[in-house]
Amino acid sequence: MTEASPLRALNRDVSLGLADDAVRGISPLALAIHRFLLWLRSPRPYLMIVGFTLFIGFWYLAVEVWKLPRFSEMPGPTEVVREWFSRNPTYGLSVFTPEYYLHIWVSTRRVAIAFFLATAIGVPLGLFLGWSERFKQYVFPVFELLRPVPPLAWVPLAIVMFKGSETPIIFLTFLASFYATALNTMLGVESIDVSYTRAASCLGATRWQVFRHVIVPGAMPFIFTGLQISVGVAWFSLVAGEMVSGQYGLGYVINTSYTMVRYPTIVIGMITLGIVGYVTSAAVRFVGDHLMQWRTRELALGGDR
Amino acid sequence: MAKAFVLRAMSTVGGDDFWRGIASIAVFLIFWEVGSRSQALFGIAFPWISQIPAPSAVLQELVVLVQDPSFWMSALLSTLRVFEGFLAAMVVGIPLGLAMAVSRTFYGITFPVFEVLRPIPPLAWVPASIIFWPTQELSIAFVTFLGAFFTIVINVIGGAQAIDVRYFQAARSMGSSTWDIFCRIILPATLPSIVVGATVGVGITWAVVVAAEMISGGGSAGSVGGAAGGGLGFFIWNSYVGGSYTQIVAGMISIGIAGYLSSAVLRKIGKWLTPWLSQY
Amino acid sequence: MSAQPATARSYSAVPAQPLRKGGVRIADVVKVYGTSEAGILAVDHCTFDVPPGEITVVVGPSGCGKTTLLNAIAGFHSISSGNIYLDDELLCGPRKLKAQPGPDRIVVFQNGALFPWKTNIENVTFGPIMQGLLSRAEAYEKARDMMADAGLRGIEHNYPGEMSSGVRRRVEIVRALMNDPKILLLDEPYRALDSLTKSVMHEALLEVFYKNRVTIFFITHDLEEAIFLGHRVVIMTTRPCRPKKILDIDIPHPRDYSVLTTKRFREFMDETAAAVHEEALKAFAAGEKER
Ligand SMILES: Nc1ncnc2c1ncn2[C@@H]1O[C@H](COP(=O)(O)OP(=O)(O)OP(=O)(O)O)[C@@H](O)[C@H]1O
Ligand SMILES: [Mg+2]
Repeated sequence: MTEASPLRALNRDVSLGLADDAVRGISPLALAIHRFLLWLRSPRPYLMIVGFTLFIGFWYLAVEVWKLPRFSEMPGPTEVVREWFSRNPTYGLSVFTPEYYLHIWVSTRRVAIAFFLATAIGVPLGLFLGWSERFKQYVFPVFELLRPVPPLAWVPLAIVMFKGSETPIIFLTFLASFYATALNTMLGVESIDVSYTRAASCLGATRWQVFRHVIVPGAMPFIFTGLQISVGVAWFSLVAGEMVSGQYGLGYVINTSYTMVRYPTIVIGMITLGIVGYVTSAAVRFVGDHLMQWRTRELALGGDR
Repeated sequence: MAKAFVLRAMSTVGGDDFWRGIASIAVFLIFWEVGSRSQALFGIAFPWISQIPAPSAVLQELVVLVQDPSFWMSALLSTLRVFEGFLAAMVVGIPLGLAMAVSRTFYGITFPVFEVLRPIPPLAWVPASIIFWPTQELSIAFVTFLGAFFTIVINVIGGAQAIDVRYFQAARSMGSSTWDIFCRIILPATLPSIVVGATVGVGITWAVVVAAEMISGGGSAGSVGGAAGGGLGFFIWNSYVGGSYTQIVAGMISIGIAGYLSSAVLRKIGKWLTPWLSQY
Repeated sequence: MSAQPATARSYSAVPAQPLRKGGVRIADVVKVYGTSEAGILAVDHCTFDVPPGEITVVVGPSGCGKTTLLNAIAGFHSISSGNIYLDDELLCGPRKLKAQPGPDRIVVFQNGALFPWKTNIENVTFGPIMQGLLSRAEAYEKARDMMADAGLRGIEHNYPGEMSSGVRRRVEIVRALMNDPKILLLDEPYRALDSLTKSVMHEALLEVFYKNRVTIFFITHDLEEAIFLGHRVVIMTTRPCRPKKILDIDIPHPRDYSVLTTKRFREFMDETAAAVHEEALKAFAAGEKER
């Protein structure tokens, strides 16, 4: 007895104190600055510079200096950069021409529409597939039947099915996103530990309340993984769709620049696609982290679950 | 014993979920058939679906196609391209991923470049690839390679980095050399994620091959040379140009089956390579 | 008492027999997983009582069927035959093989089941708010009081993932008590804790028990834990599980850690250790055959 009491008091303080102060005391900005300084002190930024120097240097030397056999056909880095940032681009597309932004806008708009449609349909579908065994037995076989056909193989059929050139492209982009979202959401629900749903029903929650308070938030991490994959594959299919049919958009830029022999513009298109694609998936990640504070904080502490 | 076996067989083939699956596919097919024929049946064309040929017509087309050697030729061409690109991605991607996981310096140098290139969709490389590679075959193979390459490398790195440090410590304390550790710990421990990467990668490969065939063989960049190309992607694009819609759907189904079979084969190989994962 | 952790002794004034509720009677219960021909017999004609207002501890080797029994009481799955009663009211029996889960029997899970996406106080208020018994404000107030009582002040708005596992277990017990259950079903709640934290948790649990006099059904592997906590210890056979030995521990409550060194405690340990060890050996041998 005499040994147990102080021990208990001690243990309480330790277990209550450490964890929450670590998070509460520090503002996100301070944390970000701290991380950045740490990064600067590590070898990583310098290695990164070495990496890019090697990559771009090789590109430059191979294409523009040594003029190696196949490489000499390709646009070199200085040529691309000069064109990209030229007020008066030789081939008509640079950061100073409005068409450049028009193409970015058109592509982003298509991806956004497809992505939101896919999320609006895919997330609820996935939630129900994971939640109700019966629903899954009825719906999943058809889903599995259609899924092996890659979205890109839908190109001709999509053109036949939908009028105009805009809808087929959006449809293709949607299809790819939709599979990724629905499937990951379903896996998310299925991965929820049965203890959580049991605990909720123990505490008197109805089936619907379990869905709302356990299934949806519990599947959230997987849903956001799915959404990130979904943005990626959306761009993937979009480019194919734009290259085959349609007007405007970055895929279209790349393809027409090829047929019109405007080679530096091809590379501008590719780089721009990479940047826009990266930004959109970073945005999804940001929203996810924001919605799942519990997870961010848990991971920041290296939670011992 | 025999009874238990029969019971189990019944529960997979004759169980409720099996019949529900059959029912749902049947409903789907009927809906498709009726929707396609809606113009003839009801005098009004259902939106979208009335443009798709009916499953019965597609089936007839498939029966014709499987007797046509040139169709099999297309399938073979696509399969070969998938195989080439995929194999190249494995051969380059696995050592690269392992090297990146093993050496911190190498990782620091290559990973940022890799991450900058990764968001560029593989198909955006098609024109650049056509310019660079001397033959069309090589340029399609290169784009296919890219499709699987990034997925495989990411999976290899992820798998190798997730290895428990205690395995290394244990191996070291038992006197293993660095090479031993690489062969006996890193390689087998990464194998499951290599298998996952390969299974996902082969799916992407099929998508890329089909699209690349359409783009380079038939799309608006069709000037590349009509004689070249071939393959199932080219086949469906050609069917579209020729206005044979049943062939489009038949081609899509063949692509679906081919893609499904490739993943199934890879899963089988994966199971065989990682027997310790499927013991339960 | 909230600020200063109260010692177990200070509860000696609590009446020995307050409200008696939450007794469970397990009568001839059988549970077979899968079909009756090719199934696993997990619980085999098991009969014993969980007296109301007492702590009953079930000890048995790993995989013997303890959780199965608990799940049947909680209503997570059906039984194959037999009856389970709660205060003479039938929970499940031949006509109704699966009980309905409800807030009168709350489970604290083997690995913990606080919702990681809800803050501690949202977790604690989950039950009353879902059942519509209390408004949000009322529930929060009650939760704050109860958490303070349990020494959990100041962590209301943290997420469970930020807390140590000992604290999480205590929050989970408070979450259960918020619903004023008749019986608490604890499935090896302290399995993952280190032995120091464990000893603290034992006293905290006894504290809760003396205060609420809620019936507790406690599952464990750990014989010492069982004898320390329980009024009654039920030692199970290896799978299929059946009571092998039922002991009434006559060490007077309230107990604290000084009990561990008493002669009576040692006698109970000696009396049971052999039985438990024998079953553990059987389980081990059976396990090796199965693989
Ligand atoms: N859903 C199930 N289907 C088939 N068998 C099961 C199922 N759940 C449990 N079992 C089997 O029933 C037996 C008893 O399981 P149970 O979880 O009740 O054991 P336990 O005593 O709680 O073990 P532990 O101490 O490891 O928690 C085990 O052999 C287990 O393999
Ligand atoms: Mg258990």
